[in-house]
Amino acid sequence: MQRIGDAPRMRRILVISAVLLSALFLLLPLVAIFAQAFAQGVAVFWSNVSDHYTLRAIGLTLFITVLTIPVCLVFGVALAWLVTRFSFPGRRLLQTLIDIPFAVSPVVAGLVYLLLYGRNGWIGSWLDGYDIQLMFAWPGILMVTIFVTCPFVARELIPLMQAQGSRDEEAAVTLGASGWTLFRRVTLPNIRWALLYGVILTNARAVGEFGAVSVVSGAIRGQTNTLPLHLEQLYQDYNTVGAFASAALLALIALLTLAAKAGLEWRAARQEA
Amino acid sequence: MITLANITGSTPKRVLPGFGLSLGISLTFVSLMLLLPMTSLFGQLSGISLAEYWRIISDARVVASYTVTIGAAAVAALVNAAFGLLLAWVLVRYDFPGKRLLDALMDLPFALPTAVAGITLATLYSSNGWMGRLLDPLGIQVAYTWVGIALAMAFTSIPFVVRTVQPVLEDLPNEVDEAALTLGASDATAFRRVILPHLWPALVTGTGLAFVRSLGEFGAIIFIAGNAPYETEITALMIFVRLQEYDYVGASAIASVVLAVSLALLLAINIWQGRFIKRLHGGGG
Amino acid sequence: MSATSLFRRGALGASLAAALTAGVVTPSVAAERELLNSSYDIARELFSAINPEFIAHWQEEHGEEIDVQQSHGGSSAQARAILQGLRADVVTYNQVTDVQALADGGLVAEDWQDAFDNNASPYYSTTAFLVRKDNPKGIESWDDLVREDVQMVFPNPKTSGNGRYTYLAAWGFADDQFDGDEEQIHDFMRTFLGNVAVFDTGGRGATTSFIERGIGDVLISFESEVNNIRGEYGSDDYEVIVPPVSILAEFPVAVVGPNAERNGNLDLAEAYIDYLYSEDAQRQLAGFNYRVNNETVAEEFSDQFPETELLRVEDVFGSWDEAMENHFANGALLDQLQRR
Repeated sequence: MQRIGDAPRMRRILVISAVLLSALFLLLPLVAIFAQAFAQGVAVFWSNVSDHYTLRAIGLTLFITVLTIPVCLVFGVALAWLVTRFSFPGRRLLQTLIDIPFAVSPVVAGLVYLLLYGRNGWIGSWLDGYDIQLMFAWPGILMVTIFVTCPFVARELIPLMQAQGSRDEEAAVTLGASGWTLFRRVTLPNIRWALLYGVILTNARAVGEFGAVSVVSGAIRGQTNTLPLHLEQLYQDYNTVGAFASAALLALIALLTLAAKAGLEWRAARQEA
Repeated sequence: MITLANITGSTPKRVLPGFGLSLGISLTFVSLMLLLPMTSLFGQLSGISLAEYWRIISDARVVASYTVTIGAAAVAALVNAAFGLLLAWVLVRYDFPGKRLLDALMDLPFALPTAVAGITLATLYSSNGWMGRLLDPLGIQVAYTWVGIALAMAFTSIPFVVRTVQPVLEDLPNEVDEAALTLGASDATAFRRVILPHLWPALVTGTGLAFVRSLGEFGAIIFIAGNAPYETEITALMIFVRLQEYDYVGASAIASVVLAVSLALLLAINIWQGRFIKRLHGGGG
Repeated sequence: MSATSLFRRGALGASLAAALTAGVVTPSVAAERELLNSSYDIARELFSAINPEFIAHWQEEHGEEIDVQQSHGGSSAQARAILQGLRADVVTYNQVTDVQALADGGLVAEDWQDAFDNNASPYYSTTAFLVRKDNPKGIESWDDLVREDVQMVFPNPKTSGNGRYTYLAAWGFADDQFDGDEEQIHDFMRTFLGNVAVFDTGGRGATTSFIERGIGDVLISFESEVNNIRGEYGSDDYEVIVPPVSILAEFPVAVVGPNAERNGNLDLAEAYIDYLYSEDAQRQLAGFNYRVNNETVAEEFSDQFPETELLRVEDVFGSWDEAMENHFANGALLDQLQRR
């Protein structure tokens, strides 16, 4: 069978240029991070990573991520189901609305939460009366993290569910399947890889979010400092190696995430074959 | 085209369950987590007159920042359109050693915290960095110029193009290629005439998303931008400056401009995409 | 493994991780009182050194075990966080205007500058230059900086208090030099601002540009910071120049009354700030290259701090409010001078 761009010379040119450009553009920054982190040897790197406040920051970051994912998952599936399986007025608008977090600068995202839930905000001042504080504590960090990450699952699912159509599900309904069984037996197997990919992206973004979190965190060392914030503080305070050690940790989480994703895709491909 | 008919609403009654539940969850979430916080932005603006609003957003320095941001974002998006198309093509069509690695690498900019990306890019491209040392003798200065801004934008937004084009390319049936080539067209002509029309919506969507993402980016850009007044100041920095001045109204006003432009673009993309798909599949059903 | 079992396992793992991390995150000892000090971004190590001393001091005097928490960031962002509800008990900033913003918001007493000695500034500094080895451009004072062959790096006065001090110091010098002739001062300032190679958003970014990127002939920052930088990056490669005339940079402190009261920390907060004026703390501060008022300590460290004429913002510009309004507000002099 003949395909476009299959001539060996063309192949070689395209592949080589793609690999070279990616290496320069994407791989080099990654290498630079690790080079900086280990600039003064493994021992210094390790002492920075095992520092009490670094560990606290890692703990908080993981805690927030673990809480963020289920929320995004439920919302993403519900929204994708809604906009791909039903038609109703305002469907397109709803689909655009979930892109708001992409359109809003992270700092502005943090700001709007602060204006609403902060001491002077209309919800914040009401909560303050009951001595409930959301901002500058982990609930605030969680809220903005959910805000910036919520489109990922939905965005992964919508095109896929749109393309797959609802024939299978309709057939199941005619055969008398209940809602939950239908979702678990018919829909979930079809979308699980996209779902997991969405979760992986959510995870990556939740771990790394800086701009929005920095606005609502209060940056209390050991209490409300996430890893990216901790990194920034070390950097501001001239501890370059410490900052890049944290950066390397974050890059490592990113790499693990990407490896997990590649593994999943490989499994998916094998199952399809 | 049963599926499309369903989506676009030609089925008269809803057979599938869960409409109420998913509508409930979606609306609650969208209202509480997305729209409610956004109202506080406009709450800030309700206190000022239209003239005042106009004065804030048309300040000469702010306008210069729009030019810088939009210009750099446009360049970044166009570069990404070409680069992203190449990458998607190579990843879908060819097999070569390290392909999986290259594929995984595409998501790196999403996964890397933007501040880390910013510091690292600035380190690489400053005149004594690994890349800067190579480019400097050629008279190409990246760090502290708008090229640096465009570079940081391109870095953070490349996955949008690759990841939108890739699945469409994967789904393209082989017959499309064959039909073109058996007619004796060259690779380039066949690609332009046959493949591109299919990729077009995905490419435009991906590029559009990349552009929108670049408009709001702050963390990755600020380290490499140089921030010279009127020349390399981005709009996100203007918002940041207003906040430093305790000027929430000013910050909200400028943020609302960026938000409005971004949302309008996203809505346009979504509508256009819907139309395009409908037209592409004509009266199927 | 089916998709559902995968998810079940995932959920189990997630709840486990949550339980584990919750253990790490929540404060382990509940009974003791905690004081929260909201401070500027480059004071992390300074207060990491002072806090244990204060904790020991309090333990000795009152037999009570306490803890001091630190929060660091740009001082204006820090003040904004308190205005929006961060419950810090004390603030230790590098900008008078940011404490004033808290006073305007009713969180700090109106007369906060009278609450403690020296305008509530337990230590102070000034603006100084860091030049490359052997000072190749021969930079000694502010008028050397407007030469055509000199390029500077200092943070953006729009985003950094540090940068504002540099601007005010240069203006103060020009005001003195040209006897208040506005046109000449404006020309001087326009050239001065035009010689800036990069406007980073903060002190750290400016340092990186100067040291690691090799940009510019001189880095301008607080005297304390340029000394720290020189210590950090090698005293052989850089020199610190303190110009004969410069600006007095106060480091104001205040008790955030309503917060401290609510946290039951009022006595602790007052004692903490008092402690900063004690001889022990002043010695530590001087060790971090800050100038102090304690005479014994100032005498001990006199070699470290060259004599220089320090202009007061209040004397040159009337008041901080006026300086902000006439120079840094949107559309004010700084904007006009930078307009092309």
